[in-house]
Amino acid sequence: MQDEKTGGVPIRTVKSFLSKIPSVVSGTDIVQWLMKNLCIDDTAEAIHLGSLIAAHGYFFPISDHVLTLKDDGTFYRFQSPYFWPSNCWEPENTDYAIYLCKRTMQNKARLELADYEAENLARLQRAFARKWEFIFMQAEAQVKIDRKKDKVERKILDSQERAFWDVHRPVPGCVNTTEMDIRKCRRERNPHRVRKSVYGVTDETQAQNPANTTQTARKPTREDVQKEISFLNTQLDRHCIKMSKVADSLMGYTEQFMEYDPLVSSPEPSNPWISDDATYWDLEASKDPNQHRVKKWGFSLDEALRDPAGREQFLKFLESEFSSENLRFWLAVQDLKRQPLQDVATRAQEIWQEFLAEGAPSSINLDSHSYEVTSQNIKDPGRFSFEDAQEHIFKLMKSDSYSRFLRSSIYQDLLLARKKPESEQGRRTSLEKFTRSVGKSLTGKRLTGLMQSS
Amino acid sequence: MGEMEQLRKEAESLKDQITAARKAVADATLPDTVSSTAVVGRVQLKTRKTLRGHLAKIYAMHWATDAKLCVSASQDGKLIVWDTLTTNKVNAIPLKSSWVMTCAYAPSGNMVACGGLDNMCSIYNLKGKDGNVKVMRELAAHTGYLSCCRFLSDSEIITSSGDCTCLLWDIETGTQKTTFAGHLGDCMSLAVPGDFKTFVSGACDFTAKLWDIRDSNCTHTFSGHESDVNAIAFFPNGNAVITGSDDATCKLFDLRSDQELITYQDSSIMCGVTSIAPSLSGRLILAGYDDFNVNIWDSLKAERVGVLAGHDNRVSCIGVSTDGMACCTGSWDSFLPSFSFKGQDNVMRLCKQNKQQYL
Repeated sequence: MQDEKTGGVPIRTVKSFLSKIPSVVSGTDIVQWLMKNLCIDDTAEAIHLGSLIAAHGYFFPISDHVLTLKDDGTFYRFQSPYFWPSNCWEPENTDYAIYLCKRTMQNKARLELADYEAENLARLQRAFARKWEFIFMQAEAQVKIDRKKDKVERKILDSQERAFWDVHRPVPGCVNTTEMDIRKCRRERNPHRVRKSVYGVTDETQAQNPANTTQTARKPTREDVQKEISFLNTQLDRHCIKMSKVADSLMGYTEQFMEYDPLVSSPEPSNPWISDDATYWDLEASKDPNQHRVKKWGFSLDEALRDPAGREQFLKFLESEFSSENLRFWLAVQDLKRQPLQDVATRAQEIWQEFLAEGAPSSINLDSHSYEVTSQNIKDPGRFSFEDAQEHIFKLMKSDSYSRFLRSSIYQDLLLARKKPESEQGRRTSLEKFTRSVGKSLTGKRLTGLMQSS
Repeated sequence: MGEMEQLRKEAESLKDQITAARKAVADATLPDTVSSTAVVGRVQLKTRKTLRGHLAKIYAMHWATDAKLCVSASQDGKLIVWDTLTTNKVNAIPLKSSWVMTCAYAPSGNMVACGGLDNMCSIYNLKGKDGNVKVMRELAAHTGYLSCCRFLSDSEIITSSGDCTCLLWDIETGTQKTTFAGHLGDCMSLAVPGDFKTFVSGACDFTAKLWDIRDSNCTHTFSGHESDVNAIAFFPNGNAVITGSDDATCKLFDLRSDQELITYQDSSIMCGVTSIAPSLSGRLILAGYDDFNVNIWDSLKAERVGVLAGHDNRVSCIGVSTDGMACCTGSWDSFLPSFSFKGQDNVMRLCKQNKQQYL
């Protein structure tokens, strides 16, 4: 990027008010270069990428401490490879103290400390009170070395050094790209970390960080391998469904639910977050479900049971068929799983008495195997005592009662939004209403499709 | 041949058999199956609300089941319950330890939980008699930081920790009931599908594991990631799991075919995934990254269909509300003052983190 001859950004010396500014490039030039050479179409993305590069310190604005890229005439300078983050610097506070101290020694307006830097220096002086003399000496030594350098070179080096510290000791309020997630800090993630000082200071009093503390994996024992073998056996014996079926089912599921996904299709009547109108939520919470909601109950028994109104209607239907004890049992077992531990045993007994015991008032129909297992479980009652029974009952409801429910008048009436018809007249009007609402939802879909493709 | 040698050979042969068996069921790939489906149209979400009030990095957030309230945890030592519609703070709970890394809302809405470097999970009762929010329980048994916690009900909670284990607790007695051990690295996150039977966890050993709550066994292990699995969530159909990792990819694993279905990656994305959440239908997957963006993926076609770029720092957490209406992101944000850096009032403005809610 810096190589001018082979199509890099134009780095030049700019004549400013009193002096020349060496070795700078404008923000716009950098953005243009990024877009051209990295095939980025969107300026915003080029600026984002450029800002990330700047935040890490590979180039920096010459008259600001804030490390972002702006698409204008602001001047930037490239960082010296010595200071690149790829060298895995983790500079100590002593180095930072030397740097700040050094700055105060030089009588240059452009090197004056900013407020936060002055605060930092004061804090460091307190922290390093005992070895401050040493730090002061180092700073003086650095100043001497710097004085020997060529004026223009010094300007450049000073700014690069400042940019380095802007990365590692950022301005309050700026992103610190050297920050690590504290959860990952414990581990030696960076074995190439450079522990040397920026200014070549060798200080024996610098605390030695504890040696590599990664947990060396202990050698696997015979038990470990046996456990692994039994796990592998379970895996091998497991019946796996073909990928094609899985892929189809995923497609089917997402397709079915996409119209209910507010991030994909606009909900009716409107998305409360956009319109500030809470009607949608009122409809969802109401005891009188609308057709949209009722349609979802037809997707699976799980969906029907998830909606409180769905549960209610299914229960009503089962009552009409004199098999409501199945659903009541299923609901009771679900509730059992949420009970506090001390109540579990009593609740479990109650459920047994109500649904399964000899002469139970709401006796459910279980196959002999599940019955056996459950009666064993109930001797030591726990949250999962009825697991087998519940699964069996669920399958029963799903394959038998549920499909009848979907065909029942209770469900169909709600689905087609039929009001209780007193006369032929009433029914025709409802049919009209239905066709109109179906038409509306279709138009709605077409509109959404149009919007998405534009 | 020693016994260890024999056992090792047995394990290796089983692994080979499993690989062969998995290949046998891989009669189609997801990309092939959906080749005729169109990509979902470009998704553009706008920030509708910004929740301001935290003073330091936000590490976690979790929606309540009513889809209006949510809780967030920040390293300023506060747990805040927000009414997202009005952006008001319903509760601002001061924490004993400010190094909090996770938070959770109970499905009933009665409690919230949080934990972090204190190695404990603290449970707060929001519906106390006198209206004050107090610590209800402090669950201490982990020997590492608490990375994630999720309520099963008002009686039970599952926690994952940097000590490589997950624990199931009984809240009433404050004791651990089951230990789920098996991960070889810090457990970073977990997800519960709500059926009380299973949960999944992602860890720094690059794998995700599915656990049976009843017998504490790990029933599935999903590998494929090349770095720490930071985030994990269930696909809405309950049969698949999505994971996000430091290797800059997200993956979809299916439970029934016990293998990876597809990877969500792009050559332009080089930084880790910190958080992940599916939309209601599962067609969209929203993932937060270290490069301050949230990418929205079409889950079937594995293409990026949107970007949320409103944060100024790493996106640390993301959540889609239970009704799928809105998505909330939290980050390590800080404001950049709009004027120069002189003057004392900078100190007031610095490091104000905010959460953004997108729709």
